[in-house]
Amino acid sequence: MTKPVLLLACGNLSRGDDALGPLLLEYVEGHGDLSEIELLTDFQLQIEHALDLEDRKLVLFVDASVSCAGPFELTELEPAQDNSYTTHAMSPAAVMAVYRSIKKQPPPPCFLLGIKGESFELGEELSENAGKNLQQACRFALSLLSHTDVAVWRQQADSRHPLAGRGMLPRPQDLMDA
Amino acid sequence: MYEHLETAENSENLKRVVVDPVSRVEGHGKVTLLLDENNKVKQARLHIVEFRGFERFIQGRPYWELPVLVQRLCGICPVSHHLAAAKAIDQLVGVDPENLTPSATKLRRLLHFGQVLQSHALHFFHLSSPDLLFGFESDIGKRNIIAVLNAYPDIGLQGVKLRKYGQEVIRMVSGKRIHGTGAIAGGMNKSLTKGECDTLLEDVDQMIRWAADSVALIKKVHCSSLPFYDEFATIRSNYLGLIQPGGALELYHGGIRAKNAQGETLLDHFDYCRYNEAIHEEVRSWSYMKFPYLLSVGKESGWYRVGPLARVNNCDFIDTPMAEAARLEFKAHSGEAMVHSTLAFHWARLIELLHCAESIKILLHDPDIIGHDLVTQGEKRFEGIGVIEAPRGTLFHHYQVDENDIVTKANLIVSTTSNNMAMNESVRQVAATYLSGRELTEPLLNNLEVAIRAYDPCLSCATHAVGKMPLQLELVDAEGRLVDKLVKHNDGTIDRHD
Repeated sequence: MTKPVLLLACGNLSRGDDALGPLLLEYVEGHGDLSEIELLTDFQLQIEHALDLEDRKLVLFVDASVSCAGPFELTELEPAQDNSYTTHAMSPAAVMAVYRSIKKQPPPPCFLLGIKGESFELGEELSENAGKNLQQACRFALSLLSHTDVAVWRQQADSRHPLAGRGMLPRPQDLMDA
Repeated sequence: MYEHLETAENSENLKRVVVDPVSRVEGHGKVTLLLDENNKVKQARLHIVEFRGFERFIQGRPYWELPVLVQRLCGICPVSHHLAAAKAIDQLVGVDPENLTPSATKLRRLLHFGQVLQSHALHFFHLSSPDLLFGFESDIGKRNIIAVLNAYPDIGLQGVKLRKYGQEVIRMVSGKRIHGTGAIAGGMNKSLTKGECDTLLEDVDQMIRWAADSVALIKKVHCSSLPFYDEFATIRSNYLGLIQPGGALELYHGGIRAKNAQGETLLDHFDYCRYNEAIHEEVRSWSYMKFPYLLSVGKESGWYRVGPLARVNNCDFIDTPMAEAARLEFKAHSGEAMVHSTLAFHWARLIELLHCAESIKILLHDPDIIGHDLVTQGEKRFEGIGVIEAPRGTLFHHYQVDENDIVTKANLIVSTTSNNMAMNESVRQVAATYLSGRELTEPLLNNLEVAIRAYDPCLSCATHAVGKMPLQLELVDAEGRLVDKLVKHNDGTIDRHD
């Protein structure tokens, strides 16, 4: 029986801040209600992950990010033909596009939780800044995953939304100062 | 050969073009070209800034952690590192390969066939088919898996499902798609259940059919432009890999066989535990990666190729019927003792894909796969060497431990290191033959990447943070000033920076 929510974390535990995704997954595994959430982790996204999107109500990709503005960032994704010339990862948007191509239907609503990282060398520990970012992202993810309503997730992905911060969930910017 | 293009005279007076990173390969590769005023290529090098820190990452750890730990070296071939490490630590607990139980050996082989199948499927369908189906200099927007899925939906879907199937084999045998813990010192920690075998058998015939179709496709692609495919990036080299005692293709365990460009045998059934008597590694000042060579042949011409092309070239036969029929066609097409075409790596890779699918079916019907005699024990030793044929070629893991079971020395030779000189030669061949004297454009530079991608190099970098991997093309004048720069972002957009 496929669980309605998929948390798909990307990263390598032994490459510094690349561990952010898998470490968040471990936190959710230890602290969250997993009755409706499936946890999946992999080093990187590839074509076959499109098949993991089947029969989901919501999907949350989690990955280290060098480009997100704050400690973490939630973004709603759209399928996109990815012309990236690296196999380090297909982007989540490209995985969604693969799903759309092979299933001939739109993928489920997918979101990316990017956690700010800065150093990715083999054998490195998590950097101090990344550790702080992870703490905030974990609390946010746990709150987010307690809801399986896409409208709530969309509010959080766009914190400028008029309903954001009305007591349903902590706003990302509120957590950043915690 | 093209070694004259390794180091240019008066390099300070030449224009520099940098392709960084090379795309659709694992990890970081950078190509630099030095051009004269007429855009003639005077120097071409492939730099790979990787593998530093592997040994340091391993040393100081207890040996029993290694099969799990080494999987983190690489997000693409973790199972190969897992099994090479397991073979090495078998010896640390006093167990030689021939002493493993039949169940443990067959489970490891099944795990490895799953790994090679999914890796080869990814490489062909995702990374290389865009070039092969649309053309090396086709529109950049088409050179990706999604365009393949749109233009060739059946082929694209087969690629996705073949890869998924290989990963299901891995998951069933080791417990997880990645970070599995199937192999332990002296054997395996679990066998398959009858139910798991039956589940995998449900789809295996379909996988064999799709694998056979992929062989037919690559043969058609290759032979439809035979002169070009046989010449592009092609070099004449030695070949090295493991071989079964009877001369059959082998991916998990065997002796080392090496042949020269004429097909004459240089090494045969050579005990891999003595690898350092046959293979030395040269250091060159401009590359972080070493240049291995066969000691008996010497530095100048002792470099060799590993991987699918080497394995299919070196073996006397393949012990599964459909792959063997494909091998015979493959060998016959060139009219030589050895197939030297670099693009024939793709053809050989898909023959191996078919062999893996056939072999998985055979093993799933073998009662030893569900057996419970899984672990052998022996007397402790202080040194262990494990060698395996990873998807990309021969992979060496060599460890020494102290009285406290802590790793004091580790040496890894990964397949991409063995192919280092060959990839450089192929880059130089393409640069000299197809680029020299022409104005450089992105599609033209893709030719360099096509040459490198044929080797399916794994630069072993599983790091992939969002937004971290643009492709940069830089043109620098003789004074070191940036003349032109193209940046290709993760989303495919291209900016020109003046």
